[in-house]
Amino acid sequence: MDNNAYGDFMIYVDNKDLVIPGQILADDEFYPGRGTFKDSGNICSSVMGLVSLRNKKIRVIPLKSKYVPKKGDVVIGKISDVKFSMWELDINSPYSGMLPAFEVFGREKKELNKVFDIGDVLFLRVVEVDEVKKAKLGLKGRGMGKFKGGVIVDITPTKVPRLIGKKGSMINMIKDKTKCNIVVGQNGLVWVSGDKEMENITKDIIKLIEAEAHTSGLTDRIKNKLTLIIDGEEAVEEEDFDDYFDDQLEKPKLQNFKDELEQEELEEKKNDDKDFIDSYKEIKKQNKKDNKNSLSVGKSNTNFYSILNKKDDY
Amino acid sequence: MNIIPEITKESIKNLIDSNQREDGRTIDQYRDISIETDVISKAEGSARVKIGKTQVIVGIKPQIGAPFPDTPNVGVLMTNCELLPMADPKFEPGPPSEDSIELARVVDRGIRESELVDLEKLCIEEGKNVWMLFIDLHVIDNGGNLFDAAELAVMAALSTTKLPMATIEDGEIVLDEEKTIDLPLKDKVAMCTFVKIGSEMVLDPTLTEESVADARLNIGVTGEGKICAMQKGGPQPLTKEEIFTCVNISMSKTKELLEKLDK
Amino acid sequence: MIGSSLREDGREYNELRPLKIEVGVLDRADGSAYLEVGGNKILVAVYGPRESYIRRLLKPNTGVIRCRYNMAPFSVDDRKRPGPDRRSSEISKITADALRPALMLENYPRSMVDVFIEVIEAEGGTRCAGITAASVALADAGIPMKDIVVGCAAGKVNNEIVLDLSEVEDKEGQADLPLAIMPRTGEITLLQSDGDLSESEFSKALELAMDGCMQVSEIQKEALRKKYTDE
Repeated sequence: MDNNAYGDFMIYVDNKDLVIPGQILADDEFYPGRGTFKDSGNICSSVMGLVSLRNKKIRVIPLKSKYVPKKGDVVIGKISDVKFSMWELDINSPYSGMLPAFEVFGREKKELNKVFDIGDVLFLRVVEVDEVKKAKLGLKGRGMGKFKGGVIVDITPTKVPRLIGKKGSMINMIKDKTKCNIVVGQNGLVWVSGDKEMENITKDIIKLIEAEAHTSGLTDRIKNKLTLIIDGEEAVEEEDFDDYFDDQLEKPKLQNFKDELEQEELEEKKNDDKDFIDSYKEIKKQNKKDNKNSLSVGKSNTNFYSILNKKDDY
Repeated sequence: MNIIPEITKESIKNLIDSNQREDGRTIDQYRDISIETDVISKAEGSARVKIGKTQVIVGIKPQIGAPFPDTPNVGVLMTNCELLPMADPKFEPGPPSEDSIELARVVDRGIRESELVDLEKLCIEEGKNVWMLFIDLHVIDNGGNLFDAAELAVMAALSTTKLPMATIEDGEIVLDEEKTIDLPLKDKVAMCTFVKIGSEMVLDPTLTEESVADARLNIGVTGEGKICAMQKGGPQPLTKEEIFTCVNISMSKTKELLEKLDK
Repeated sequence: MIGSSLREDGREYNELRPLKIEVGVLDRADGSAYLEVGGNKILVAVYGPRESYIRRLLKPNTGVIRCRYNMAPFSVDDRKRPGPDRRSSEISKITADALRPALMLENYPRSMVDVFIEVIEAEGGTRCAGITAASVALADAGIPMKDIVVGCAAGKVNNEIVLDLSEVEDKEGQADLPLAIMPRTGEITLLQSDGDLSESEFSKALELAMDGCMQVSEIQKEALRKKYTDE
């Protein structure tokens, strides 16, 4: 443990350090943020995650967690039941969501299952959360409603900001390369639609981002990988690039979420929920764009699958 | 309770229609398979098999017991399966479900009907004492196609099973744990499982593929290429042609599986 | 006796059996861990927080934990009949009790965390090993916790207080004292004792088991960090 003097206060971790539940992070002159708690004069981590330090506030961003509905979130949900005056939705959470019929029809009377039926996947907004965390959902917003075609990918909700990237850098790059339409829900479900082969590549890339969210230089590595798969190019300079990042990875400290975290922290100064707003704006933006899948697709690289499969070897 | 999104069903069907799968395989290709034997030192035979993300552990424990009255000179095989709640959020703790009993019985049928265990050699004292082999199948991670993984694990565990020498002295059975004999095996068996998705029969389905499939077919084939066990499952029918296609594929695929066992 | 501290397997009185923990070994589970100590092989899966249909177990102000300790039929010398028995039911209960004080589930009301402990092979001390592996799997699942609970037993063999009893020592020994603690504060979350201990032997055994827990705790932490630093 490093003991850093921070004025008169003690802090035992650095930004982006990997910490585990119960680990002492600092003395309680600091402010405990999400993922931490105060105990006998110290601030400790309550989850396995990465430290985020801003001024005197310590947070721990969990590496995994379940989605708990929050008012204003945009989510992807699946109809699990149709009832008399509402639909029940699975929103990839310990808590289910419900979409009241009046959110869709107003005062009109219609048969619910003719509009949305069991198994349909929708893009929705959390309108309200009650005291037992049950989420009331709505469809008011651009691009909200039922998805047609495409595939669903699930990632752990804490990695949603990483998938979106600094000001949408990651998600825009993927969209640009694959020409797929991508919609990200705060609850960790992602909808991808485009050319069939590109859908599959995008799905695997999203899973790779989830698995390596805590490593440095990820956006560039993902970009190189996508370029290699889609364009079949393997420029010499890009290999050097990879080596450079490999060096970084060998450093003992995890430089996780690096750029994105720093950006997020800057923005957090103004608004604690800024990261969410950014993601939300990004999600809104993606719905405005036209979905064109006319681009011809290069040969897919079969090695790609073996790269991804590596993470399965425990 | 677990509803598969309509668009997932569609996308898997579309892929299969163009002879593709979500993990990049062809429709008659297995995922990566790994076989480890002797993984439990307290079991007389054991194996752990992984097919893709599916993992099963098999342990074999022999016990001495009385034979069935109608077969006084043959040993006894008992296959039991536990779909552990750790393996899948849908598996519940409690007494064996229909699915787990079906799995145990289909796997058992492959072993029993291929007559690969020389049960007569498991007789210690005719009409009184024979070896009873308890085959316990533990499913620890469900990534789809439990049948083939289970059959392979049982086969691998049987082929490494060692029994203590049993002799009769003064009317009493004496076991010599130091001196062991290999379980007498006459043949081998492997199982191929197909599911029907759209108009195709797909080998070695993943969990998602299983969940969108219309029907399932298990085919157990012996080392000598004889069909020894079959089971049709799932809500929709199969045609004769579809079944013949699967049988034909299973002839070469079970050979591949058995070759992996020998390594 | 010369070299009286030496035990049947050659260990010192305060020495643990070789211990190894791996994190994230199962794909379907939300969190998982595999632990080997001596001849024990233990697999733990965690699901949740998730919905549960057993409504009577749920609480309106917090999430709850449910444990299931189960021994594989082939995990012991004489085949064990599948399914729960009185011993495994008791261990399931005290394991949940041992882990509960560390959990911070206030943010997950009316939800359930399921812990499934499978003893693949047993060689003495499975309840402590199960608790040790379970808390690692809970951390892997991202469950908020005050600390990573750790278990270790001490006991009395040949009138000596020794750490981490093997199967043989457990059978031949005079006493066994399984313990689980939250290592940061040293608070005790599980304590059992069977056999014959004097007051001074008891305090010695407790101290020794505490010391063992602290050693195991380091291995837990290392295993958790390893999952994200090895690539």
